[in-house]
Amino acid sequence: MKFVDEFREPEVITKTAEEIRRLADPARHYRIMEVCGGHTHAIYRFGLKDLLPANIELIHGPGCPVCVLPMGRIDDGLSMAQQPGVIFTAFGDMMRVPGTQGSPLEHKARGMDVRIVYSPSDALKLAQANRDKHVMFFAIGFETTAPSTALTLVRAKTQGIHNFSVFCNHVTIIPAIRAILDSPDMRIDAFIGPGHVSTVIGCRPYEWIAKDESKPVAVSGFEPLDILQSIVMVLRQLKAGDAKIENQYKRVVPWEGNRAALKAMAEVFELRPYFEWRGLGFISQSALRIRDTYAQWDAEQRFEIPGVRVTDPKAAQCGEVLKGVLKPHQCKLFGKECTPERPVGALMVSSEGSCAAYFNYEHRKTEMVTRIASVA
Amino acid sequence: MCLAIPGQVVELYPDQPNAALIDVVGVRRKVDLGLLQDNLPVKGDWVLIHVGFAMSKISEEDALDQMRTLRMLGEAEAAMQEVQGYGLENADNKKVS
Repeated sequence: MKFVDEFREPEVITKTAEEIRRLADPARHYRIMEVCGGHTHAIYRFGLKDLLPANIELIHGPGCPVCVLPMGRIDDGLSMAQQPGVIFTAFGDMMRVPGTQGSPLEHKARGMDVRIVYSPSDALKLAQANRDKHVMFFAIGFETTAPSTALTLVRAKTQGIHNFSVFCNHVTIIPAIRAILDSPDMRIDAFIGPGHVSTVIGCRPYEWIAKDESKPVAVSGFEPLDILQSIVMVLRQLKAGDAKIENQYKRVVPWEGNRAALKAMAEVFELRPYFEWRGLGFISQSALRIRDTYAQWDAEQRFEIPGVRVTDPKAAQCGEVLKGVLKPHQCKLFGKECTPERPVGALMVSSEGSCAAYFNYEHRKTEMVTRIASVA
Repeated sequence: MCLAIPGQVVELYPDQPNAALIDVVGVRRKVDLGLLQDNLPVKGDWVLIHVGFAMSKISEEDALDQMRTLRMLGEAEAAMQEVQGYGLENADNKKVS
């Protein structure tokens, strides 16, 4: 397995890590939240924590769509798939997420028509090819995937494809950040902003975090150097007593976002009054639902769903881990009953979930430190 | 699902303004250009693809960087599996297109 050898400009990495050590006030403890699950994965994968001084703590944020979805919604989705003539489609990431009666994959093993699609437009294609069936697409994701679902629904309407519906579980990142800042047991000094979500929403939606909450934000890319540079950006701001939005990922993220994507979302979706997040509870205006003008393609309108709230298995402490109150290994089930092979909680399912990332990479820590030291 | 996959536009379809044939490390698939309506790519351009939709135009250098990032993250294989699956060609269900 190669890690450090593949780093672009390892000497720049070392210099950036030194810069971080110089900027961090030893008398202070910094809590920096990386919002995006992709960043969490990269941080563990590259062992970046070990390049940071001990007083910089990275808190893993809520930006893993699979992880924040409450189990009741999975049950709701699977209940639709139990109707005769329904084909249940979802991204591969969803397939091993446990519902109370098992995951979509386990339902498939029991004979349900469950299929992986890699794009919502393929679910629509499946509907066109199976006119005698109803194809339901279980849509999840933040603003990175929501525009694609939206455009797929626009196409379904334009092309008059009526044996297709979307079970919409799209969530939006800004209200989740607000909920975290409002939560009394969370103290965050600065944010590493999500890279791909920001290609859609741009940087403007984060401005209140700097203006009203006086917290620095750096929208970041996913390479080790990107993440370290973003940490430098927020530390510089904290040192100078500044709070502003910086765009470290300018090469991909335009300040204004992607207008066509925002337009597609506005055409098809509206905000739900509230939505339940695993670990964070109900957050107002934090998720999208399908507008009435697209009601025919809204699975929640077409099917009766149980809509039952399901509490997580008692012993699993997904909520605490998700809020950063507990580290993954401090959960009672971590690595014992709950592993990536047999996940109990959603944080163990996705590679972007902090438990899976911690499980997969933390034990390689020693090797990483040794190799980085040899580069320096 | 959250992977941003870099690819190069190798063909545009005059009769389908919303589609392009994209090459991702030798695998060619049709992707949707609907989210780049304001800034349509031309043949030879590089784009980042999310779940079958081109989401942003990027430079060739950034495309190569992104491919390397995916490799470093151990996600290159998942990315290729995703691209191969576009159009339902390699999904775990019967071929429909």
